[in-house]
Amino acid sequence: MSAIVSLINVEKSFGKNKVVKSMNIEVKEGEFLTLLGPSGCGKTTTLRMIAGFEDATSGIIKVQGVRVEDKEPFERDVNTVFQNYALFPHMTVFDNIAYGLKIKKRPKDEIKKRVNEMLDLVQLKGYENRKPDALSGGQKQRVAIARALINNPKVLLLDEPLGALDLKLRKQMQVELKRLQKKLGITFVYVTHDQEEALTMSDRIAVMNEGVIEQLGTPREIYDRPLTKFVAGFIGESNIFDGKVISVNDGIIYVETSAGTMKVKGNGFEAGEDIHVSIRPEHIKVSADSVEGFNLRGKIKDNIYMGTFVKTSVDLKDKTEIKYSRIEKEEEFTEGNFVNIYWNPERAVAIKSKS
Amino acid sequence: MKKNKFKQNTLPALAMAGPVSLWMILFVTLPMLYIIYISFMSRGIFGDVVYEFSLDSYKTLLDSTYFKVIVKSMKAAFITTLLCILIGYPFAYYIAKQPKEVASKLIMLVMIPFWTNSLMRLNSWLLLFQTSGPVNNFLQNAGFIDSPISFVYTDGLVMIGMITNMLPFAVLPMYSSIEKLSKSLLEASADLGASRSTTFFNITLPLTFPGIFSSIILVFIPSLGIYTVTDMLGGGKVLYIGNIIKNQFGAIRNWPLGAALSVLLIVITGLLIFIYTRFAKIEDMEVV
Amino acid sequence: MSISKKRKRQRMEEFIGTAYSIAIYAILYIPVLVMMMFSFNNQRYNYYWNGFTTQWYTKLFSNSALIESLWYSVVIAVLATIISVTIGTIGALGLKKYEFRGKKFINEMLYIPIIVPEIVMAVALLVIFIKVGFALGMGSILIGHCTFCIPYAVVTIKGRISGDGYSLEEASMDLGANRIQTFINVTLPSIMPGVMSAAFLSFTLSIDDVVMSNMLAGAKNSTLPVLILSMNKSGVTPDVNALTTIMILIIVIAMILNNLIKNTLKKRKKTEETI
Repeated sequence: MSAIVSLINVEKSFGKNKVVKSMNIEVKEGEFLTLLGPSGCGKTTTLRMIAGFEDATSGIIKVQGVRVEDKEPFERDVNTVFQNYALFPHMTVFDNIAYGLKIKKRPKDEIKKRVNEMLDLVQLKGYENRKPDALSGGQKQRVAIARALINNPKVLLLDEPLGALDLKLRKQMQVELKRLQKKLGITFVYVTHDQEEALTMSDRIAVMNEGVIEQLGTPREIYDRPLTKFVAGFIGESNIFDGKVISVNDGIIYVETSAGTMKVKGNGFEAGEDIHVSIRPEHIKVSADSVEGFNLRGKIKDNIYMGTFVKTSVDLKDKTEIKYSRIEKEEEFTEGNFVNIYWNPERAVAIKSKS
Repeated sequence: MKKNKFKQNTLPALAMAGPVSLWMILFVTLPMLYIIYISFMSRGIFGDVVYEFSLDSYKTLLDSTYFKVIVKSMKAAFITTLLCILIGYPFAYYIAKQPKEVASKLIMLVMIPFWTNSLMRLNSWLLLFQTSGPVNNFLQNAGFIDSPISFVYTDGLVMIGMITNMLPFAVLPMYSSIEKLSKSLLEASADLGASRSTTFFNITLPLTFPGIFSSIILVFIPSLGIYTVTDMLGGGKVLYIGNIIKNQFGAIRNWPLGAALSVLLIVITGLLIFIYTRFAKIEDMEVV
Repeated sequence: MSISKKRKRQRMEEFIGTAYSIAIYAILYIPVLVMMMFSFNNQRYNYYWNGFTTQWYTKLFSNSALIESLWYSVVIAVLATIISVTIGTIGALGLKKYEFRGKKFINEMLYIPIIVPEIVMAVALLVIFIKVGFALGMGSILIGHCTFCIPYAVVTIKGRISGDGYSLEEASMDLGANRIQTFINVTLPSIMPGVMSAAFLSFTLSIDDVVMSNMLAGAKNSTLPVLILSMNKSGVTPDVNALTTIMILIIVIAMILNNLIKNTLKKRKKTEETI
């Protein structure tokens, strides 16, 4: 698969504020790539630079191998689905969708045919003559998508398109969007701050923070093998320990932290090095007995019943707290009890500490 | 919007809305009704109002001299409005593009000249364009003309006076409308392949039309009734409807005719407002 | 540089935009500047420029007709402002918050002085005054001014009244304040910016008004604008320029001061909040 969009050393500053720092990424043709991160991380700015609404301060942007930094948005073969839909309020659904083709001066019957195809695609047949103010959020959403897709863009850019929808509708649309993308084979570059959404829909995720990509990988890679403390903390729920490597033995790293000692599987660490250990609540185990390699004792603080599982908070000796979850049937320790915390070292992630 | 009704006694309502209602009825409704009434009366020999029904004053309006003046005034008002909009729109657009802080200061700058006495500003145009004034001196010194042109007391100078008087009233509503235009709509249009001019005609213009319409009303109607500009810059040679009305209540003493002309203005005003509320779809007229 | 073509075009657009705007501002300000300039004209009548002098700034005070008309203008403007803002404020509140028969009618009446050309309003009032025998003079001018100031005041203040329910007033009365106390302590402060705007608007409309004043004037020379209008044929004397220059300077300084005070209050509030 070739790269359909490339960003090479792209930077963007607004005045003195550097919002995007030396970004390098290649979007593969036909993939669903998500830019994921908290607000202010630069993901929307990056998207807008690809679309042409912002000029990069420096760097090269290529679409299908052609440099586009000098090109206006209407000269680029990309289309955008806006966060607030940006439907033209004075035009009907039909005219909104037909807009791109009308600009290109396509013949009337061709336009009619294509618009009807789009309406079918997004399941809005019968809504042609409605105005945007007579549509619900989800319907506006779909008109925005149809309006963009009718132009057969090489790349579709989506800027948090589901942000304004309620939970149920959002989940529904996530599935529909993914299906659409797979069906049409168009490359999607998707921006969101919702990590669940990203994990559900994407082929690859670029986790961004403060203008840089912290990690680029498949959802599985991002979730199971976070490379940085930020990614570990941002994706899913995680308990993160800061500590020092005591020793490394056969791929198992022994770590000393203020809460106690622990084991984690990992490579490339030396004794004495700073390290973060990340472990997800569902992988934590507790026992009344001590476990080899671990010296992590804590007092059960509370058990909260969450429906399918129980979430337990445990206070550790350095006054921090960790959470672990288990399905209800497993043995429960009552509040106030002391327990030993341990896990399978392969389930934990050893993360390099930024010096 | 929730309608929250205070179901208390009517005393607060009376106390608060009473004075303004009374004032409006006494000093707006009644006078207007009376003027309409007078327009259908006849004029006595000595210029007094004789309370006999007559359509004479309206017939006089169709009389060629008066009719010509009416047509001329309307033409002038129309040209003033057109020019104000053409000149003002790009200006309003430029200001609207600026960041909010800058834009509000720029708008304030537009208003400041209007805190000076309008007559003095008109007087300035007179001073500039008089036969021995700076404009004529410049044109002669630069060799464009041999002898001074008499700009004063011409339709052209009156037009300049009208435009400079009316321009802010055109700019403000258009600015307000342009400023409300969502940037993402323009981006969407460009994203879909529209060049800048296509976006302007398909998106910007239609969506800012309410502002343009407000400007039309705020310029055209006052322009019809104005007489100060023609007085100061026209010197009695240029006469518009406003001057004629004033004269009927002054030296000429033909109240029914003056009233009829006033009714004409009211009717034109009403017509425009009717079109405005119908097509511009605005519920509560907002005056700048 | 590949971006240069786009940047060049953007810069060109900005340049044209700025140049155009400067030209417009020039057209708007040239009359003002000319007016100020000719206040220094060393000549009896403002026909042409005859040298620089500051004599008029002192001589204007000895022009009794001028000073008298200025006095009348200011007095009427102040009275008109007070009356219009008072009636307008309680009127706006009453119209916004209560329903009563004829409310729509009053609302529509309010727009008439704003929309209909002033000459029509002036003539209508003139005719009624003469019919009922009300003498023309300061009183009639004052009434005329209030008649167009009140609607502007109502519209301005109405726009500032929050439409999201009356929770503030309800809270105040719940805590024991009666209607008048609520009005003074809660309602009034919240609409104060609107009231100030309305006051400023009324004052400027009144002090510059020509049409209404001219039509409703009595036998003697009345307000300043009427005086200026009557001087037009013979030529406006530079002392009038001096006076109007002083007036505009006062207003501009007042606006700047007002802004400065607002900004320092804002800043002080911010520092108080952070402490």
